[in-house]
Amino acid sequence: MSCTGCCADNKLKELEKIIEKYKDIRGALIPVLHEAQELYGYLPLSVQKKIAEGLNIPLSEVYGVVTFYTQFSLNPKGKYKISVCLGTACYVKGAGEIYDKISEILNIKSGECTPDGLFSLDACRCIGACGLAPVITINEDVHGRLTVDDVPGIIQKYIDKEKEAKDQEKLVEA
Amino acid sequence: MIYRSHVLVCNGTGCVSSKSPDLMAKMEELLVANGIENEVKIIKTGCFGLCEKGPILVIYPEGATYCNVSVDDIEEIVNEHLVKGRIVKRLLLGDKEAEDVSKSRDNVGFFAKQKRIALRNCGVINPENIEEYIAHDGYLALAKAVTEMTPAEVIAEITKSGLRGRGGAGFPVGRKWQFAAQEVSDQKYVCCNADEGDPGAFMDRSILEGDPHSVIEAMAIAGYAIGANQGYIYVRAEYPIAVERLNIAIKQAHEYGLLGKNIFNTDFSFNLELRLGAGAFVCGEETALMTSIEGNRGEPRTRPPFPAVKGLWGKPTLLNNVETYANIPVILLKGADWFSSIGTEKSKGTKVFAIGGKIHNTGLVEIPMGTTLREVVYDIGGGIPNGKKFKAAQTGGPSGGCIPADHLDIPIDYDNLLEIGSMMGSGGMIIMDEDTCMVDIAKFFLEFTVDESCGKCPPCRIGTKRMLEILDRITQGKGEEGDIEKLEALAESINKGALCGLGQTAPNPVLSTLKFFRDEYEAHVKDKKCPAGVCTALLNYVIIADKCKGCSLCARKCPVNAISGEVKKPYVIDQDKCIKCGVCMESCKFAAIEKK
Ligand SMILES: Cc1cc2nc3c(=O)[nH]c(=O)nc-3n(C[C@H](O)[C@H](O)[C@H](O)COP(=O)(O)O)c2cc1C
Ligand code: FES
Repeated sequence: MSCTGCCADNKLKELEKIIEKYKDIRGALIPVLHEAQELYGYLPLSVQKKIAEGLNIPLSEVYGVVTFYTQFSLNPKGKYKISVCLGTACYVKGAGEIYDKISEILNIKSGECTPDGLFSLDACRCIGACGLAPVITINEDVHGRLTVDDVPGIIQKYIDKEKEAKDQEKLVEA
Repeated sequence: MIYRSHVLVCNGTGCVSSKSPDLMAKMEELLVANGIENEVKIIKTGCFGLCEKGPILVIYPEGATYCNVSVDDIEEIVNEHLVKGRIVKRLLLGDKEAEDVSKSRDNVGFFAKQKRIALRNCGVINPENIEEYIAHDGYLALAKAVTEMTPAEVIAEITKSGLRGRGGAGFPVGRKWQFAAQEVSDQKYVCCNADEGDPGAFMDRSILEGDPHSVIEAMAIAGYAIGANQGYIYVRAEYPIAVERLNIAIKQAHEYGLLGKNIFNTDFSFNLELRLGAGAFVCGEETALMTSIEGNRGEPRTRPPFPAVKGLWGKPTLLNNVETYANIPVILLKGADWFSSIGTEKSKGTKVFAIGGKIHNTGLVEIPMGTTLREVVYDIGGGIPNGKKFKAAQTGGPSGGCIPADHLDIPIDYDNLLEIGSMMGSGGMIIMDEDTCMVDIAKFFLEFTVDESCGKCPPCRIGTKRMLEILDRITQGKGEEGDIEKLEALAESINKGALCGLGQTAPNPVLSTLKFFRDEYEAHVKDKKCPAGVCTALLNYVIIADKCKGCSLCARKCPVNAISGEVKKPYVIDQDKCIKCGVCMESCKFAAIEKK
C-alpha cells in the first residue's frame, strides 16, 4: 500500500498537541523534545523547526539542546535498536568485545543504522542489570551473561523473525 | 480481602531482565487453575539486592526466599507450597534444611552483614501501593515534622544525626538545609538528584523502583524545613520503571492529601514534578542539573553563588541525592541519636553500594559505614569467581579511584577513601581480578569523561582528550619515555583549572592507578607488555609447543618469514620480526598459536 501522507499529517497534529500541552510551563523544551522523539523516532530538522516556532524560541537553541543530550537523535533509529551496555561492570566482563563483534557483523558504528533500517547500534551506560553482565538490549529485550560467541545467533534470530513476518505478509497479499 | 499467603516477586531491573514478569504471569494462571486466586496475593516489589541469584521471590507468612526461580519451577511452588503448604527446599536461598525457613538466608553472608536503612522497604512493600508504605510507618515522619516540629527543629535533628550527602561529595546535609532555610525569598525549590551518572551503579534506581514514597516524603519534609512549596525530581530517562513508579507514587500521594495544599491541615503546601534527563553525565552536577531543568543545554556554572543562594530560576534551591533523602524519614522517626550510633566518627549511618564486576554476588548491598572492604568483597560478595585473585576495587566511578589488595582492611567511610586517592562516590563498586588491566581501566574512564565533557571549559575539553591520547598510545604499544610524567602534569593542571567537578576529578582514575599500579604502566611503556593480557596490541603470538604438529603451514603463510622450524617438530615465531598480523593464528589447524 502506498503512503498517502495522511500519517504525516496525523503526526503533525500530535506534535502540535504536545507543544500546546507544555507551551506555558517553564523549561518546556526538553519534555517536548522527549515526546516528539517518541512520536517520530528521531528529531529531524523539520520537527525542530516546528518546535522552535511553537515554543517561540530560536531554532539554534533547539538544535543546541538536541545535540547536547545523547538521548536525542538527529538520525532515524533501526527497527531493532541494539544498545550495548558499556557500564563499568559490563566493561570489566568483556562488553567491549561484544560491542566490537556486533559492529563487525552489522558493519555499523555507534549511532548508526544499517542501510535496510533493520538495526541501529548504540553504546549505553549501566542499565541496572549488572548481575547479568555483560548485557545488551534489543528494543525491550534484555540479553545477559553474553559471550562473543552468542552474538551472531542473537542477531540472526531477529533477522529470521523479520523474514518470517515478510513471508507472512507476502502470503496475505497473494 | 484477607489473603492467607503473600508472594513477593522482585521487579527490580535485574530480575525483570531475568524474566520475573513471566513468573508472575505463570503464577497467576496457576492460582486461577487451582481456584486459590482469592487466597494468595502476588505483590511486585523492588530489588532484594541479590541480583546474582535472581529472579527471587519470597512467600509469606512462612518467609521462604526462593532464588534462581524459572518459569518451570512455578508449578512446583504453587502445587507444593501454596496448595499443600510444603516448602520447596531445593529452591531455598541459603540453608535448604533450615528448621525455620524464614531463617534460611540468615547465614548467607550476603545478608548477615548488611543493615538496611535507605533500602528498608525495598523488596518488602509493593512500591505501587501507597497503603503498604503507610503501613510501614510511611508519611509518619512528615506528619511529625509539620504538626509537632518547627522547621528549625527539623534541621537541628538532621544536623545532629551527622548525615552526609550520598551523591558523592559527602557534604553535611543539615548544614545544606540550614543555608537554604536562612535565605529570604518569595520562592524556593527542593530538588532531588536522580540522575545517577556513575556508569556502573544503580542504587538510586533501586530505591526509586522499590520505595519511591520514601523520597517523596523526604522532599516534602525538606520543603517544610527550608520554606519551599515546589519540588523537582530530575531522573534519568533511561530508567523507565523508576519513572513510572514515581509517577504513580506522586499521584497517590496527591490523592491521599500528602502532597498538594494544606498537608495535614496545616499551612504547609508542597507540589512535586518529575523532569527527565536526556543522557548527559554532566547533568548530575548540581548547577548543570538546574540549567537542564530550566530547559537548556546542561552546562555547569561557577559557584558561588551556591544553589542554596541562587539556584533554579535564580531562586534559593536545595538539592540532595535520592539515597540521602531516603534516610531522612527514618532519622526523624527513630531520632538523630539512633542514627549517629551507626557508622564511624565522621561518617554516620550506612551506605548503599552496587557491587559488580568480577565477584560472585553482584547486587545491591547496604552496609554500616566502617565495614571493611574485605568484608564486602569476601563475606558479602562471596569472593572472586574462578579461583582468581582480587586485584582492586574501583569506587567513585569516573571521579574515583581504585583500592588495591593491600588496603582490603580499610574501613569504608568518606575520609578513609579520600585519603587513599579514591572516593565514596555515589556507590558504584566494581571488583577487578588479575585479568583486569589497570591501564585499560583508566583509559575506559577517561574515554567516558572525554565523551561526557560538556565542552564549556578548555582544561576539561582539551586536557582530558590529550590524556586519553597518551593512554591510547600506551595501550597500543607506542608509549614513549616521559609519557607517564606527562600524564601526571596534565592531571594536575586539569584538576586545578576545570570549571566543575567533572573535569576536576576526571584525572583521578589515572592518578590512582598510577599510584598503586605504576609498574603496569611501565611494563606497557618500556617493555611493551600488558601483564594482564588485555591490551591486544601488546600481546605476542606464540606457538604452543605441545600442540604444534610441525606442519609448516604457518611458516609458509607468514608474510615476513618470522616463523621457522623443522617439519614435524614445533615451530617458533621470531618476535623481533613478527608484525602481529595474525595470519598464522588463523591458518593453524591445531589451535596451537595463542596470543599472550
Ligand atoms: C560530574 C558530576 C556528576 C555528578 N553526578 C551525580 C549523580 O549522578 N547523582 C548525584 O546524586 N550526585 C551527583 N553529583 C554530585 C552533585 O553535584 C551534588 O553534589 C549532589 O547531588 C548533592 O546531593 P547530596 O549532598 O545529597 O549528596 C555529581 C557531581 C559531578 C561533579
Ligand atoms: S554496568 Fe552494564 S548493566 Fe550495570
